Amino acid sequence: MTDQPAVQARGLVKRYKNKTALDGVDLEVPRGTVHGLLGPNGAGKTTTVRILSTLTDADEGTAEVAGFDVRTQAREVRRRIGLTGQQTAVDDLMTARQNLTMFGWLFRLDKAAARRRADELLEVFGLTEAAARSPKKFSGGMRRRLDLAASMILAPQVLFLDEPTTGLDPAGRREVWEAVRSLAASGTTVLLTTHYLDEADKLCDRISVIDQGRNFIEDTPAGLKRRIGDERLEAVVSDPAELTRLAGVVTRVLNLQPDLEQTEARLSVAVQDGVSALTAVAAEIRAEEIDVADIGLRRPTLDEAFLHLTSRPQTTSEETR
Amino acid sequence: MSTTTPLAPTAAASPSAESAGSRLIWALRDCWTIVLQEFTHLLRQPSTFAWQIGFPVVMVLMFVYVFGSAMDVTGQGAGEGYVDFAMPGMFAMTMALGFMDTAYAVTHNKEKGFMDRFRSMPMSGSAPVTGRAVSDVIRAALDLAIIAGVALLIGWRSGGSLQATLLAFVLLLWLRLALIFLGIYLGLCIKNTETAGMLFAVAFPLGFISSVFTPPEMMPGWLGAIAAWNPVSSTATAIRELFETPGIEYLEPAYWIDGHALIAAIIWPAVIMAVFLPLAVRQFRSLSR
Repeated sequence: MTDQPAVQARGLVKRYKNKTALDGVDLEVPRGTVHGLLGPNGAGKTTTVRILSTLTDADEGTAEVAGFDVRTQAREVRRRIGLTGQQTAVDDLMTARQNLTMFGWLFRLDKAAARRRADELLEVFGLTEAAARSPKKFSGGMRRRLDLAASMILAPQVLFLDEPTTGLDPAGRREVWEAVRSLAASGTTVLLTTHYLDEADKLCDRISVIDQGRNFIEDTPAGLKRRIGDERLEAVVSDPAELTRLAGVVTRVLNLQPDLEQTEARLSVAVQDGVSALTAVAAEIRAEEIDVADIGLRRPTLDEAFLHLTSRPQTTSEETR
Repeated sequence: MSTTTPLAPTAAASPSAESAGSRLIWALRDCWTIVLQEFTHLLRQPSTFAWQIGFPVVMVLMFVYVFGSAMDVTGQGAGEGYVDFAMPGMFAMTMALGFMDTAYAVTHNKEKGFMDRFRSMPMSGSAPVTGRAVSDVIRAALDLAIIAGVALLIGWRSGGSLQATLLAFVLLLWLRLALIFLGIYLGLCIKNTETAGMLFAVAFPLGFISSVFTPPEMMPGWLGAIAAWNPVSSTATAIRELFETPGIEYLEPAYWIDGHALIAAIIWPAVIMAVFLPLAVRQFRSLSR
């Protein structure tokens, strides 16, 4: 029982009228770990979470959460999971405490237990001061924490977080990260979706990159970053005609093929040791007398990471629900 | 984040096996929790309630004093007896338009992710629907009480016996209950709350092409037929009979259904419910598709 994974999905397929949202996703999340689902919009992250949290039925494939089948034993699954969806599902017309008490009743605690649990969670999530206020007046981070508290009423074994920090300011994101970390420390298995690489990096033990409804890569954050290339060397030439010559220099010095963006007269290349690569390339540029407008090292954005990993332009379609 | 113990996962939550009896009890309890949630809203947002109830009250005053003074419904001159004719209509219209509030609330809950949260919880699956229906019926009873209060102030009286008067109000709530399922169905179909506002386009004809403000006999033939067969008209006519509204004898029932209003006021809502209850359930289930 204990070595059974908290989440196990095989070959999940989900088709909507005009598109295939999932095209055979596999997932295995060991108990007590934090697992990230990373992918561009429309990759199938939300659909995966909805299937695992019993909200949507898969067309093909099987999934078990906390040891129960999500389709045939949905009730058992629901007793053991918490879900924090993309929208903060808290009631703005009730106070924070009333919200948690109500969810407590719906989770079948009796009156006294629901009140006790509400107070407990308010304290754990640092909301005791705000307990009598409506979440309407909360900051984004506070709303999210209340939302998290609501999904923690029964102290679930598995917690699903669908883009928990989208739309939050940096302070709010830090608050939520802190909360997720302490949940993970207490032994809750967390499956979160995000399109922020740094978020996945900071919170997750392992990351599954999915793209176009398929598993793309699964790795640790460190491993994933290695694949993407920790840093990128970037240079912009003053005269676009010189771009090919610059690319030649980079290839010769680093023995790597740079990516070219003709329209912006820019090239970039993933490098292992950024500083020495930069020095070597800069020296050669001077020797060759190429007029460079800008040169520097940059951490890759997730967009670039996907571009690099999947070698195709990122889709801009909305996340399928 | 002072302590981590309250967050530690529980090995296995509450006993899994549920008997049919305990399931029913939980369904009722969950339903009641949703009702309490709705009434907490009412208590915390009395102004919203005031706005919602303000609309029919303004309509009462407007129709009775602005349009009513020009309308001869009793054959005894313009304005004569119009309060008595219009009030039952106002009651019926308030019940008829109530489905918009239901639809709006359902769409709002869906849009806000509430529906998803509820569905991911081990609560009774029917509670979001039954809870909505129960709280909306209680709300409707409150609405009726307030409008009846206004009506009494401007001189409306029920001429019927106490039993007949009560039966009239029960028929009104019966219509409202039936339309709740139309509201839930539409609310589930509608994408967002902005679209829910457009339901007025459906609601207005339902409310106005009826015997609510004008006897169908006074309308052009084809429109009169539609108005007479409108379920809202059946309820309005039935409660006029129960209130023993003076002057209605003057209007010879021109349509068959007018002569059988009481039975129609019982059957129409049942038909509406028979159609939209299964549709609403189907739409609710299809959320998992």
